[in-house]
Amino acid sequence: MRLRLAIAAGTALGGLTRYLTGITVVGGLGLAHPIATLGVNLLGCLLIGAFATLTGPGGRLRVGPVTHQAVVTGFLGGFTSFSMLSVETLDWAHSNGLTSATIAMGLHLIAALAAAWLGHGLVARYNASRPRNP
Amino acid sequence: MSTMTIEVLAGVLLGSAAGGVARFQVGAWVTRFAGTSFPWGTGVVNVSGALAAGVLIALWPAEDPSSPGLQALLMAGFLGGYTTVSSFALQTLNLVRQGHRLKAIGNLLASGLLCLGAVWLGYQSTTLWLGHP
Repeated sequence: MRLRLAIAAGTALGGLTRYLTGITVVGGLGLAHPIATLGVNLLGCLLIGAFATLTGPGGRLRVGPVTHQAVVTGFLGGFTSFSMLSVETLDWAHSNGLTSATIAMGLHLIAALAAAWLGHGLVARYNASRPRNP
Repeated sequence: MSTMTIEVLAGVLLGSAAGGVARFQVGAWVTRFAGTSFPWGTGVVNVSGALAAGVLIALWPAEDPSSPGLQALLMAGFLGGYTTVSSFALQTLNLVRQGHRLKAIGNLLASGLLCLGAVWLGYQSTTLWLGHP
């Protein structure tokens, strides 16, 4: 129960941050919705790669399982969204054709993977930069 | 979509909370059934979320301003919180790091194509069912 409450709280915060970021990017900066979705998803992937490596084996931060789930499954899971990506890609397919929509979706996912890898790589270097328990 | 009333913000907050717990629960069920060697849980969550999103956008065209709070609760809130790109990326990265490159490429292709197929299916079938093109 405590775990589910932690995930609920994390996801609520992540979802609200995603929504407010979207408003800022779309309304404030005047950029298109797919740009906001891409930005949120790439940032979320960078952070999840970083957090997993920071708290994983050899990492410099120790967190309990509930905190881990609240951040990874909750906040970062709720911050990023595959359904927004799917809906925007369908819109793209309706106006620009299926081929370019499929390519755009593929590039979005490859960039997401690269962002997670970058987050992991940066923190792996940080973990190795000085002894964990001197 | 880009409104910021209390009603809409509360919808996003509550919908996201429920979506995150639903993702955790569905992920746990699928993993119990299918094992942990491939991230089936996140895949099932994302494809089912795309299908539901397709149904919702057909029921609720973007230009329809009726009940923005309910729309925020279901779309930006529940389905936004239910589906995830970050877990997909982390699990795919872990497959690569464990040397399962084919599984990683398979997860990337399957997630992209099945989610696109699912959102299309949800949209088309609902549009047909409603009887307007």
